[in-house]
Amino acid sequence: MNSFPIIRVITKLLIPYILLFGLYVQFHGDFGPGGGFQAGVIFAAALILYGLVYGLPAVHKVAPPKVIEKLTALGLLVYAGTGLACMLLGGNFLDYDVLKHGILTENHFLPEGQHLGIFLVELGVGITVTAVMTMIFYAFAGRERVTS
Amino acid sequence: MIEQLPVLVIVIPLMAAPLFVLIGNRKLVLLLTQLVCWTVFGITVSLLSRMQYGPISYELGGWPSPYGIVYNVDYLSAFVMLFVSGLGAIVITYAPKSVEREVHHSKHSLFYASYLLCMTGLLGMCITGDLFNVFVFLEISSLSSYALISLGKTRRAPLAALHYLIIGTVGATFFLIGIGLLYQMTGTLNMADIASRLQAVESSRTMLVAFAFMTVGLFIKMAVFPLHTWLPNAYTYAPSVVTCFIAATATKVSVYAFIRLIYVIFTPQFAFERLPLDSALMAFSLVGIFVASVAAIYQTNIKRLLAYSSVAQIGYMLLGISMSNVGGLTAGITHMFNHALIKGGLFMVVGCFALRIGSLKLEDLRGAGKTMPLTSFAWVVGGLGLIGVPMTAGFVSKWLLLTSALSLELWPVAVLMLLSSLLAVVYIWRVVEILYFSPASHLAKTAKEAPMAMLIPTYIVIGSTIVFGCWTVYSAGIAHAAAESLLGITQMGGVQ
Repeated sequence: MNSFPIIRVITKLLIPYILLFGLYVQFHGDFGPGGGFQAGVIFAAALILYGLVYGLPAVHKVAPPKVIEKLTALGLLVYAGTGLACMLLGGNFLDYDVLKHGILTENHFLPEGQHLGIFLVELGVGITVTAVMTMIFYAFAGRERVTS
Repeated sequence: MIEQLPVLVIVIPLMAAPLFVLIGNRKLVLLLTQLVCWTVFGITVSLLSRMQYGPISYELGGWPSPYGIVYNVDYLSAFVMLFVSGLGAIVITYAPKSVEREVHHSKHSLFYASYLLCMTGLLGMCITGDLFNVFVFLEISSLSSYALISLGKTRRAPLAALHYLIIGTVGATFFLIGIGLLYQMTGTLNMADIASRLQAVESSRTMLVAFAFMTVGLFIKMAVFPLHTWLPNAYTYAPSVVTCFIAATATKVSVYAFIRLIYVIFTPQFAFERLPLDSALMAFSLVGIFVASVAAIYQTNIKRLLAYSSVAQIGYMLLGISMSNVGGLTAGITHMFNHALIKGGLFMVVGCFALRIGSLKLEDLRGAGKTMPLTSFAWVVGGLGLIGVPMTAGFVSKWLLLTSALSLELWPVAVLMLLSSLLAVVYIWRVVEILYFSPASHLAKTAKEAPMAMLIPTYIVIGSTIVFGCWTVYSAGIAHAAAESLLGITQMGGVQ
């Protein structure tokens, strides 16, 4: 792709907005349409686009495969850890009502209760989906071409 | 903490699996896997012991029953979870040496993570009271078992896993289509709620189609005779440890889901009286028993021989279910448990042969009875159980099935069952003859006895088939209680 300057420049222009939109879908998902899964896919789309245009080594520098592999597990742990925290605070598994902290909660500055719970769970989903999508891309792009 | 036990069964292995990916150290991961498996087994034991005070239900996220997901523990689910987690624990105790030899070192932590995920999925299918949740857990267990099977040593393992993946996905999709249709009709996914709403809906065509899709989907997962083609290859080429665990548990959990489908969601009246599913099941299972047993006789690979025998044994469970009375259902559920022990034990024996002889072809096993006497003897004992010789677990379930068939005056079924046991004698004896009465092959001549770390767990499982052949309070007794509660007969007192 080295000989397509227009594609390279446009990609560089687009990627920040894709990432920003991903973050918007992630963190506004509890008010509007969106959520962790969609946000994860959008976020991974930015990484994949970068990989397609600038090549696999470049995107490996941004998101090393080792880190991505750990992130798939981390997202799931964030999700299940939220549930576990609810249990430790005396509720049922994933019963967000018990997630009360009382710090800066006037005017919903910091979320708590159900809001905080869904926020954390969706964050976990977002991390895992981003990582899995990127990993699938790596698996296909990293295959060595069979020379016949 | 006691009231959180139903969810901990799922959460502990589910959280351990991603943790292992983060840890990555294979020695530590192995130790933690064993710890997690035995903890889960302990929880299922305590859940089953609390069943005498009545069923337990747990609301996830604190959302009440028809709206949120509930986990239900009753005799049947606690019993199935008990043997799934018990075999999971004992197989993982047996596993290290075998996995060391058959799975590449770089894959160990992922292997154990997948193993736990597979167990999570199977346990989840048992405990959940939400139909869509059943599908999710079915997929968790299936996807992780595809991954586990593909880790086999030969290059045919990934192919067998792919074959299983394609057919298994068809099965899961059929099940999902059925769920979708039921949801469309009733507007709910809670099993008990669906059941009560279906009573109001006189059997419509949608209900028939939903039932058909779900039945066929589960038939694929259970490997009922004409839909069993994925099973022999998957079992043969998977690593030995994976075969032990999956052969002992996975198809039984699908049978469990099928029992729930018929006896809880759709009623037996619908399935067996309005629809002729009972005679269809009987035909499928009898044909399956004979075809698969005959196929087992002609196999040259010991693992494939046992795989075909598994297809046949599923037939006995379905035969019990199709009788739709307490006796038949008890026999079916007891056979799920007994067969899990017997087949798990036999595959563990095969794993010992794989470790020391390195080949599973029958011709290479010739004369192994001299160099590996303990392993070979375990095969004989387990084999007797599979045939159904008195004083073994296999006899108990076959006896229950036989008496139930006789009480319904199904004479042909009874005769065919006895004949099919003779086929089991043939394929088990064929291996015994090769082990003890053939001139030793050069591989078997130089083989050493399997290590104690593998023999002891093998003998615990094989020994338990004798224990549960003589003492049936905790096998047939619990199965009886489960069958009674499924058929809506109020039971007084606890076990028995």
